[in-house]
Amino acid sequence: MSAVLKAVNLVRIYSGGALPVPAVRGVDLEVEEGEFVAIMGPSGSGKSTLVHMLGGLDTRTSGEIWLDGKRVDTLSESAWAMLRREKVGFVFQFFNLVANMTVADNVELPALLAGISPKEARERRESLLAALNLADRADAAPAQLSGGEQQRVALARALANKPSVLLADEPTGNLDSRNTRDVLRLLGEVHKQGQTIVMVTHDARVASLADRLVSLFDGQIVDDGRIARRRTGTAGEVIDLR
Amino acid sequence: MRPHLLALLAKEPAHGYELKQALEQTFGSAYPSPNIGQIYVTLGRLEKDGLVRAVDVEQSNRPNKKVYYLTAKGRESLTAWVEEPTEGPRVRDEFFMKLVLAPLTGIADRMALISRQRRHYLSLMADLNDLLSRTDPRDRVAGLLIEGAMLHLQADLDWLERCQEDLA
Ligand SMILES: Nc1ncnc2c1ncn2[C@@H]1O[C@H](COP(=O)(O)OP(=O)(O)OP(=O)(O)O)[C@@H](O)[C@H]1O
Ligand SMILES: [Mg+2]
Repeated sequence: MSAVLKAVNLVRIYSGGALPVPAVRGVDLEVEEGEFVAIMGPSGSGKSTLVHMLGGLDTRTSGEIWLDGKRVDTLSESAWAMLRREKVGFVFQFFNLVANMTVADNVELPALLAGISPKEARERRESLLAALNLADRADAAPAQLSGGEQQRVALARALANKPSVLLADEPTGNLDSRNTRDVLRLLGEVHKQGQTIVMVTHDARVASLADRLVSLFDGQIVDDGRIARRRTGTAGEVIDLR
Repeated sequence: MRPHLLALLAKEPAHGYELKQALEQTFGSAYPSPNIGQIYVTLGRLEKDGLVRAVDVEQSNRPNKKVYYLTAKGRESLTAWVEEPTEGPRVRDEFFMKLVLAPLTGIADRMALISRQRRHYLSLMADLNDLLSRTDPRDRVAGLLIEGAMLHLQADLDWLERCQEDLA
């Protein structure tokens, strides 16, 4: 197994304000191909900062980031932007869709930018939107969608270019339980197909799909281990009624 | 299991095996498959306490079977069970005791305890996810029970995070 994504002693200090804020303080992380890693931790523990750096959306203060065996933190901004188009899918905590494009175009664009043929991009868009129960919203503008629908479109868009790694920051933050179910199903499916996923979440149902949990606290990893699976029979064995 | 059997008998008299089947039908996969021996033991105790009574019913080619029915006292007890407020979830659970006492033991620090517990909760959640996907969507009783357990687990996890922020 090879690491798709690797961070070595990664540090991010925000120094805009009166006092520097060390948001991420020396994180080492290796994510294997096909692995699903959930990141949890209290508000302000550095989760967003970490995944933004991993996706090249925020610059590191020090440390290294490797993607598909290539060191990327030293690349020029434009070189990394190119690489990102092909290799990274990102779902933001506060979804940001392109306002003056339809849902369908929002989802197809990253695939087209990554060099996937228009025909394949359309097919992929159709299957992703269908999986997320959004097929009938394809021609709508993002502003016409609910928060939960926009968040699902953002997920579809992030998966459109079949990225080496899907990075997601609270992708179910705005979803009710029915919509969460669609997202859970899709995540479970793409994970089974080998999609590597790194996901920040407070949602225990989403996190429990992961193979591994990384807990952040004060900008550092305080726990990193597998989520055990037991095989159980019926609900009665899991839920003690007596 | 006592009040559960009383509730089933409030609908109609039944023998032990019928009660087992009724439990299975009502709760679907949500009830720990009831053990017939346990049902007979419970019925025996209920009879001794005067909450149910049994009549022998003759069967052709087979030994008599005992059919149980609810007594007036049994109905009273059942009513009291239905009407009394039900305890909420236990917050003073075993884990919280460990967490508070951890620094005294020198065995594990709070951060390690919290991290381990968080992964434990997530693996329970993974089991529930699994179960829910294997549960027939028409089995609403089982579905709701599983969803309830999931919401409790989510609350436990949120609370764990609060403990981490304040104690660790
Ligand atoms: N652009 C910024 N400038 C200065 N400080 C920042 C900036 N972005 C984040 N921070 C600080 O860095 C720390 C980590 O923030 P981050 O957003 O990574 O936390 P988080 O774990 O994602 O929290 P949440 O669960 O609330 O989303 C916080 O103390 C935050 O205030
Ligand atoms: Mg965040």
